[in-house]
Amino acid sequence: MESIERRRALTDFVMRIVCSGAAFASAAILLVLMLHVVIEGATALSITLFTSLPTPLGLPGGGVAHAFVGSIIIVGLACAWGIPLGIGAAFYTSEYAGPQVSAVVRFAAEVLSGVPSIVVGIFAYTVIVAQTGTFSGLAAAFALGVIMLPIVSRTTEEILRLVPTNLREASYALGVPRWRTTLSVVLPAAANGVATGVMLAVARIAGETAPLLFTTLGNSFLNTDPARPMAAATLVIFQYAIWPYDYLQRQAWAASLVLLIVVLLTNLAVRLVARTRTLG
Amino acid sequence: MRRHGLPSVRTLLDFQGRRLADFAFELALGGMALVTVLLVLLLAVSMLRSGLSALLAFGPPFLWTTEWNPVTHSFGVLPAIYGTLATSFIALLLAVPIGICSAVFLAEIAPRWVAEPISFLIEMLASIPSVILGLWGLFVLVPLVREAESFLGQALGFVPIFSGPAYGVGLLSAGLILAIMILPILTSVIRDILKAVPMAQREAMLALGGTQWETIARAVLPYARSGIVGAIILALGRALGETLAVSMVIGNTFQISISLFSPATTLSSLISTQFREADNQLYLSALIAAGFVLFGITAVVNVLARLILWRIGGPAVTR
Repeated sequence: MESIERRRALTDFVMRIVCSGAAFASAAILLVLMLHVVIEGATALSITLFTSLPTPLGLPGGGVAHAFVGSIIIVGLACAWGIPLGIGAAFYTSEYAGPQVSAVVRFAAEVLSGVPSIVVGIFAYTVIVAQTGTFSGLAAAFALGVIMLPIVSRTTEEILRLVPTNLREASYALGVPRWRTTLSVVLPAAANGVATGVMLAVARIAGETAPLLFTTLGNSFLNTDPARPMAAATLVIFQYAIWPYDYLQRQAWAASLVLLIVVLLTNLAVRLVARTRTLG
Repeated sequence: MRRHGLPSVRTLLDFQGRRLADFAFELALGGMALVTVLLVLLLAVSMLRSGLSALLAFGPPFLWTTEWNPVTHSFGVLPAIYGTLATSFIALLLAVPIGICSAVFLAEIAPRWVAEPISFLIEMLASIPSVILGLWGLFVLVPLVREAESFLGQALGFVPIFSGPAYGVGLLSAGLILAIMILPILTSVIRDILKAVPMAQREAMLALGGTQWETIARAVLPYARSGIVGAIILALGRALGETLAVSMVIGNTFQISISLFSPATTLSSLISTQFREADNQLYLSALIAAGFVLFGITAVVNVLARLILWRIGGPAVTR
């Protein structure tokens, strides 16, 4: 009897250690990884990274200003159509559509979120690049919009579900038409949640690389015309990492650090907003 | 003012105007929802059309032949399918036990003040762009793996999976990177599922005199079994489609080898590395057909995951 009891207590103890070890190890991976990017990136970080263009290959110096500009333009364009569409679709399914229609729209968004980003890239290639005959920032913005759409619509829908029906009914009772109720009562009540979804989606697409390979292709010059090939920060990191030039690899680390800071700060902001929101 | 009879023309117009505004607003929102649905249909149709036509042009042997030679126009994608499945399998093998243990710790064992910061760190890990993970993998992980491989090769070289020269880049490195990528999703989804297990389930086991581990292993985990399976399949879907991180550490060599140390390729890394070199239509269609195969594999896996997760917990857990 004694030995069985002891064995049970021992198993309990050992498994608890194993589980906590696993959790601490997972968290440690992040810390190690982040620390490495910070150290490598910080030593290579300089103001010229943001202000200069690449030097001819093999000649140390220069920066990746073109890539940051390209990334901002592409992400901005993706937001310009991905965000309104995602929010609009979510409002339709939660405020207007019947259960069957909303199930169809929801299913479409779920399917979209399960498609690998490289497949979305090929999709954008076949419908835009192959048709227009040129790689372009627009094609990339299309692909990134497709990726952010389901993220925005799902988080928006989840938050709309939390807006109390009383609020809508109070508005109707005052004679406010339905569309005004949606825009002036429901939307403000859900604004924090909608912002959360939008920021998550932006953080996600800012780090995407695979769909850009087939759409915007990359460019070693500064180009602000989205109808032509553009550079992007993630593409530059990918290319510089596999080129055998030390100064380019250091620029890749520095660009990674910038990207990491942007993405992590956005995620951090999301958590703060989510914590202070009035609903849910 | 009239109290009876017909409403005045003005109220009538006003009323009509409001109806119209409401109608227009609903139409606009409905249009956006429709665009979402059409987008998915367009994606499916365009992938089917370009992918299937390429697939048919090469014939079914595209799926099971092993030669990929753009010069002679012979394209067979089996090594890439093997690489995709093998790396994802390695990733699951490593990440699933760690993910379940971490989730158990976070949901069952740890006090709140420990669980919250660790959950936070693990969720932050999920948001790191895959290209940064790939960069880290290439410069930090690969050299470490090379060391480990030469050590393993000396000690256990007679086992086929540990045979061959230690390159560093290869199936093992790719599997490790993928494991790091899917670990956060696994952990946070399983943690949420464990938290949804009713308290009575635990109380019954504890009342019978079970230790905490016995409660977890016999009352909590079995109850959450189908949810955990769903989470694993969801993570598998991510691993199968991942491109950049894998393509930077796998070595991109078109071969099937049983050894974990050997360089290999996956469907996504094949497409991403060769796309720029595709200088003729046939070569390009071969890559698009490879993308279609990947699309098919992930579609099956994702539908499976959604079905399982939907059945047990509603769509809330499928984030």
